[in-house]
Amino acid sequence: MAKITYVQTDGSKQTIDAENDSTVMETAVKNQVAGIDADCGGACACATCHVYVADEWIKITGAPSEMEEDMLDFAYDIRDSSRLSCQLKVSDELDGLVVHIPEQQG
Amino acid sequence: MVAEGVETFDPIVTDAVIVGAGPVGLFAVFELGLLDIKCCVVDILDKPGGQCAELYPEKPIYDIPGMPEITGHDLADQLVKQGAPFEPLMIFGHMVSNLERLENSFKLTTDRGQVINAKVVVIAAGGGSFQPKRPPIPGLEDYEDISVFFAVRRIEDFRDRNILIVGGGDSALDWSIALQPVAKKITLLHRRPDFRGAPDSVKKMRALVDAGKIDLVVGQVTGLNGEDGRLSGASIRSDDGPPEILCDTMLPFFGLTMKLGPVADWGFDLENNRIPVNNETFATSEPGIFAIGDINTYPGKLKLILCGFHEAALMSHGAHHYVYPERTIKFQYSTTSKDLKTKLGVI
Repeated sequence: MAKITYVQTDGSKQTIDAENDSTVMETAVKNQVAGIDADCGGACACATCHVYVADEWIKITGAPSEMEEDMLDFAYDIRDSSRLSCQLKVSDELDGLVVHIPEQQG
Repeated sequence: MVAEGVETFDPIVTDAVIVGAGPVGLFAVFELGLLDIKCCVVDILDKPGGQCAELYPEKPIYDIPGMPEITGHDLADQLVKQGAPFEPLMIFGHMVSNLERLENSFKLTTDRGQVINAKVVVIAAGGGSFQPKRPPIPGLEDYEDISVFFAVRRIEDFRDRNILIVGGGDSALDWSIALQPVAKKITLLHRRPDFRGAPDSVKKMRALVDAGKIDLVVGQVTGLNGEDGRLSGASIRSDDGPPEILCDTMLPFFGLTMKLGPVADWGFDLENNRIPVNNETFATSEPGIFAIGDINTYPGKLKLILCGFHEAALMSHGAHHYVYPERTIKFQYSTTSKDLKTKLGVI
């Protein structure tokens, strides 16, 4: 299990207990975190679950795969910390992860 | 890709109207067809397949029964083929915007004015209707439909314009190539040097860049400059590009997103944006209106294409009663029934 904190652009935060092997996207959708639409349901096919991983976590979450990098083209305001949250698998290692939600996905 | 301009259409009269041409809507054509129910299918996209065609045409799907591996595009193709003997009327590029109950039928109207009269309505709208993603660029809405467009309806409207095309997928590439001969100038802006679009389109685009006919800039739009909706340029963030790209028109192509759309206004008591149905016939709370596939919800619901197929079969038996109230269904198998084989055109 890992505690994941979702931060909105207005600074408001939600910290949620995420189950191992779920994804950062699924955990957000299940808990109605605003701004993570996940149109495609986690198939890495829509880029509506875009998040910015907090700087100190980038080393641990790693780099996007080629497929994910392609899908990120559909998101707006891409930064080095950009990831699709459907591709971030929850594990004990991610306990304390902080992700920032972009302004708008849709 | 180019939609028609203003059109007028004669009203369509049919047995069942299916809202949404995704895999489940397409399979409903087949199941309803077996029961002699004629269908008209309406979809906002310009092609059949719904999410399969739009979101993952080239990605293999592994959980279609009897198909160990099939791409979204091929699945849509096969479903169209399977339904073809029943000659469904397919209306693409239209969104059903209004649904009205008449005495013994329904009247549906699309956003482009097509009227359809049907005895039953089957909502197979998945996650809603696909609409272009609007990037959250500050002030964007002031420029929409004057200088900023999310689709190209008529190439001629872009003659002599100084156009900034934003994106790295097929739409961005296709329109850069297609508009280049008529535009005064085309600048293609993409966040990285790599393009994920079709290799052939990437090649064509690069050739036009090398020939000096398209300007390619790596960067991202951060703001729009202009007044009264008339664009004069876009501010960009770029490692080696200019801080601003001068243009009078911008076409952002960030893909499509699903919005529930008009379904929300049709009087259903939605649960989490889904239409509750009974899972015997997939009837909604409104007699004569059914909902199948991702758009519905019921205890145990799984959002899988294969579940949508099952729902289409049961729905058809429920819908039969509204189309042929005087008839009872004689249950038949396609392997043995001469009647079904005749309908399918295989004997």
